[in-house]
Amino acid sequence: MEERIVIVGAGQAGGELAAGLRKQGYKGRVLLLGDEAHPPYQRPPLSKGFLQGKVALTDLYLKPLASYERFDIELKPGTRVEAIDRATKEVSLGDGSRLAYDKLVLATGGRARPLSVPGLAGARPENLFSLRSIADVEAMRGRFIPGNRLVIIGGGYVGLEVAAVAVQLGLRVTLLEAAPRLLCRVTGPEVSAFIEKLHRERGVELRLSCEVRSMELDEARRQVREVGFACQGVQERLEADLVLVGIGLIPNTELASAAGLAVDNGIVVDEYACTADPDILAIGDCANQPSAYTGGRIRLESVPNAIEHARVAAATLMGKREPSAAIPWFWSDQYGLKLQMVGLSTGHEQCVTRGSVEGKEFSAFYLKDRRVIAADVIGRPAEFMAAKRLVSSRVQVDAARLGDAAVPLASLAA
Amino acid sequence: MAKIKFIEANGKQHEVEAEEGQSVMQAATNNLVPGIVAECGGFASCATCHGYVDEAWLTKLPPPDAAEEGMIACAFHVQPNSRLTCQLKMTPALDGLVVRLPVSQTEE
Repeated sequence: MEERIVIVGAGQAGGELAAGLRKQGYKGRVLLLGDEAHPPYQRPPLSKGFLQGKVALTDLYLKPLASYERFDIELKPGTRVEAIDRATKEVSLGDGSRLAYDKLVLATGGRARPLSVPGLAGARPENLFSLRSIADVEAMRGRFIPGNRLVIIGGGYVGLEVAAVAVQLGLRVTLLEAAPRLLCRVTGPEVSAFIEKLHRERGVELRLSCEVRSMELDEARRQVREVGFACQGVQERLEADLVLVGIGLIPNTELASAAGLAVDNGIVVDEYACTADPDILAIGDCANQPSAYTGGRIRLESVPNAIEHARVAAATLMGKREPSAAIPWFWSDQYGLKLQMVGLSTGHEQCVTRGSVEGKEFSAFYLKDRRVIAADVIGRPAEFMAAKRLVSSRVQVDAARLGDAAVPLASLAA
Repeated sequence: MAKIKFIEANGKQHEVEAEEGQSVMQAATNNLVPGIVAECGGFASCATCHGYVDEAWLTKLPPPDAAEEGMIACAFHVQPNSRLTCQLKMTPALDGLVVRLPVSQTEE
């Protein structure tokens, strides 16, 4: 019997792995199962160009359907995996059938974290959205009408990117954030302040340190009418035509834990993407992996991580061992301004900026023990790779020279 | 339809067909050409679809815009004929285009 690799999850990580196996010359069968109706697609444009109507549906697809056929990747959209039977090495599918595997890769990603507030229990209002899939955007789009009142809950990337698109389309946007500043989990106060100003200037209403307390639905319980919240102790209510909840992601780990695999903020894997079961791997947003960068464990929600982790898994499946040494990086795009972030700034002792914050072109470097542990590069893409090098080299730098735009960054990385 | 020849750093050649209007990067990823990582999916945000356009073709291409130039400065193994393949759109005049690929898109 021909060897068979079954990949559960046809997102960026799963799609990349299937292609990567063929690129490396894998001769066995490759089955790629996804529960959505689409082939693997890009998620970053969902909250940007696709929502705005500037990127077409088929341009989201990472490859056309014909490519899967040509390279003998058995793509099965609309296929839900219900359980893993590790003893017989089979997965059971939504239609009741079973599928055998020699190697199984879980690339199950995550789902949007739902908001839990009084008034919502049991209801699924038509104007309450999260943003994770093509279907989410398709459902939302019809309400992106100039003048409509959009309330966004959550000041992370999804919330901010949608806010940017929405005000540009003429909606009235209010964004509610629980923390005292925007993007607080991923960036320092200086960059939060910059992003805050950027959005306020464009007309986004921002409420920080704000706790959502309730939602009032219409009589049929089909529409949210009002969002109730407390902002720095003051109770307020806001009428809404549509509400977007962007408060993070829950990794899809249920299949793994039901199969008895270790789960701890993600499916626990080693540096080669392997779980404790030698025939099961896990990659991408759903996996918790050792990180050469932090020295600890990490679960990353990002495209570069999905691609890199798929590369590691492909090598493992080909009988090689190539752990990842990649440094986490992320990008965002708001009002046409490019934001590129490398490393994780948690625990930094000092923030040094270079360039002009007012001119919307600057880099923020986060230092710990005089080493650059992370950087945010805004509107200065040419500086990004030098920033990456500073983060990876871990050399000690002089803060004054780092902050002096006349000193080439490359000379600091020595 | 136009042809593009990708040559990996190890000399391995991949001749692929591209549709008019498609990016050179997309033609590479559709055809599983190794060496094009394309992390950002074609938005000039990552410089992992970097390629060297053969001299003969360089003048047939529109010059890089500021966004592309900024990101090329970010890429590894940059040469004077470096371009981001996501920013190169196929036209009939580019039939036969030759693009060489760097040793690595993600490390020095």
